[in-house]
Amino acid sequence: MVPLSWYLALSALLFTIGAVGVFIKRNAITIFLCIELMLNAVNLTFVSLSGFFGDIGGQLFVFIVMTVAAAEAAVGLAIIISIFRNRESLNVDEIATLKL
Amino acid sequence: MLAAIILAPLLGAAILGMFGKRMGERLIGLIACSTVAISAILSFYLFFKHQADLEHGQKIYEYLFTWISVGTFRADASLLLDSLSAIYILFITFVAFWIHIFATGYMRGDKGYWRFFAYMNFFMFSMLTLVLADNFLLMFVGWEGVGLCSYLLIGYYFTKDFATDAAKKAFIVNRIGDFGFALGVMLLFLKAGTIFYFDDPGRGIHGAFDWVSGQASDPLGSAAIFAGGITTIAVLLFVGATGKSAQIPLYVWLPDAMAGPTPVSALIHAATMVTAGVYMVARASSIYTHAPTAMLIMAIIGAATALFAATIGLAQWDIKKVLAYSTISQLGYMFLACGVGAFSAGIFHVFTHAFFKALLFLGSGSVILGMHHEQDMKRMGGLKKYMPITFATMIVGWLAISGVPLFSGFFSKDEILYRAFIAAGLGTAWPTILWGIGAITALITAIYMTRLMVLTFWGKPRFSDNGEAAAAHSHDSHGHGGLPHESPRSMTLPLVVLAAGALLVGYLGIPEGLSGGKVPNYFEHFLKPSIAESNAQHTEVAPNTRTDRSLQTEAPHQGPATGAEDHSLELTLTGVSIVIALAGIGIGWLWFKRKPLWNPPGLLEDKYYVDELYDAAIIEPIKDASINVFWKFIDVRIIDGAVNGAGQLAGLFGSGLRYLQSGLARGYVAVVVLGALLIIGYFVIKLSM
Repeated sequence: MVPLSWYLALSALLFTIGAVGVFIKRNAITIFLCIELMLNAVNLTFVSLSGFFGDIGGQLFVFIVMTVAAAEAAVGLAIIISIFRNRESLNVDEIATLKL
Repeated sequence: MLAAIILAPLLGAAILGMFGKRMGERLIGLIACSTVAISAILSFYLFFKHQADLEHGQKIYEYLFTWISVGTFRADASLLLDSLSAIYILFITFVAFWIHIFATGYMRGDKGYWRFFAYMNFFMFSMLTLVLADNFLLMFVGWEGVGLCSYLLIGYYFTKDFATDAAKKAFIVNRIGDFGFALGVMLLFLKAGTIFYFDDPGRGIHGAFDWVSGQASDPLGSAAIFAGGITTIAVLLFVGATGKSAQIPLYVWLPDAMAGPTPVSALIHAATMVTAGVYMVARASSIYTHAPTAMLIMAIIGAATALFAATIGLAQWDIKKVLAYSTISQLGYMFLACGVGAFSAGIFHVFTHAFFKALLFLGSGSVILGMHHEQDMKRMGGLKKYMPITFATMIVGWLAISGVPLFSGFFSKDEILYRAFIAAGLGTAWPTILWGIGAITALITAIYMTRLMVLTFWGKPRFSDNGEAAAAHSHDSHGHGGLPHESPRSMTLPLVVLAAGALLVGYLGIPEGLSGGKVPNYFEHFLKPSIAESNAQHTEVAPNTRTDRSLQTEAPHQGPATGAEDHSLELTLTGVSIVIALAGIGIGWLWFKRKPLWNPPGLLEDKYYVDELYDAAIIEPIKDASINVFWKFIDVRIIDGAVNGAGQLAGLFGSGLRYLQSGLARGYVAVVVLGALLIIGYFVIKLSM
């Protein structure tokens, strides 16, 4: 039996990797992947805590997160594609026309 | 039935106001005159149907609906017919009907024919509301309505600057008076808890006059004016009357009001609206009899105005201006009468004055039209040959206002002077002084009216050499270069009717002394139930319990009806009045027949510089303060400054905060994560402690 703390440690590690990736990467798709990573880290926490407490609610919540993530992926990828068509670039630092 | 009297002219005004523009002159005249005729017929019908009841002090109510009911405050739209309002609606509708007929001739060919008659009908509605209201608020509605119509009709020729200026002046000066009136009503409500005139158990309302008759009289003295009691109410109401009825110090609007068409001057500024103040004072007579200080003020202002305006009237060249000052002077007489407690004598003078002054104004209108819109008496003279009917009727008006015996003005003026002379409760000197001023005014009245007649109708014609005047006036009249002509029948017929009235209505109220007490003064007898007698005047217990509470009961029985010596005094004074009237006419005749163009003293011709004084003392400072303080400092600097300052402040914040908008997506992420960390950190630290 794997103890709960291991699951949580793995989840924290995955979340940190995702967060750092969002910070340091400039490619829009990579940032997108990092966001997915963070979401799944949280999902892992939900599932493990659900098992630990014997409460089905956590697993239910995971399904909702996955549904939202799928929708978000569809919309986000569509945006990224149309940005690429316009700018021929995926560098988020160059997409800054909304500033002053 | 009472409502129909009011609503008929309103209906006429609505029809003419909405559809009049597309109607012909005949139809407009027909509608305007017939609605007033309906009011007049109904008034006469109701009067004669209820004559005996009204005489015995019965009050006929017509409840329409409850207008306002808030807390203890209640105002109904309900009408009251008692002997006072009955007399008022009689002469208002009668005189107004004939003036409407006159106006159909006078206004012929005017572009605003429909507008004129719509206003005139609306005026009738307002005036009748004022008179028939059974509470002060509804009276105030009529009071403001007649003020509005006065404004609209003075400014009827709105393309001319002097007319619009005169209209504004009338409106603003009246506003000052109305302010006093409104304050008086508010204070009355505060003290009495009601604004109805009389108790009406049927509707469960209490009357202010019934309240006041249960109060003690205020003492005579200036302290009472500011004490916030009955005297304060009375004085504030009188301020309203000075505005509407053109008394010192608010009389200045009435002479300028002559800028309106002449029928307007006759109807509004001579016969009806300007007597609304007298009506209100007589209506509130039970308040005034409890406020001797206010009575004294009213008597003094009335007498002073009478003399002051008469002297100015002596020196005017514009025929309508003479009549305007004459009106102010006669209104002064009416307030003098009310001030000495002879309310019914004051109302009687209102009644006779309505006939002879409307007659004189319409006569002057006929002269003006006959002279092709010439108002300057310097260019008249010798008109009796050209305008025989106008001349004959004007003679009746002239003799009536001068106080020649057997004409209506004689009876009413004589009654006022006698009552002023015997007035009690005003100290020893005041009655004699007031009588003296009244007598001098009567003399001057006779002189200036004789001057008007002589300059207009007698002497050599002075209009033949007015080539430049005709040229100057040719733009606003029709068919020029001809001799003066008599007016059409639609104008002469009203003159004849009103002349008959001016000759005869005086016989309704022959002072008792004149007949040795054999013929009772019917007019006074009829009014008695509606008028509270002053403490000093004679007293009777009215048969109706609802009215006798409005009468004084503590006063001793005295007055003209009791002693023979009273009659001898009254006869002596009447003799003096007759001598004064004839002397005035004689002086005027001899003087102005010889020197028609005698230049009166400049001080009188320039109206004592009162307008200039008001200009310098009130109007200019207000203008100065408005421009330099309220506009250029308070509005531009403070108000505009605050608004613009708020805008600039928001702009300042925005230009500072816009640097946060870097456009760097990763920067935004950093801020989000940092915020999340801060919140999580806060909870971690909080929970671990």
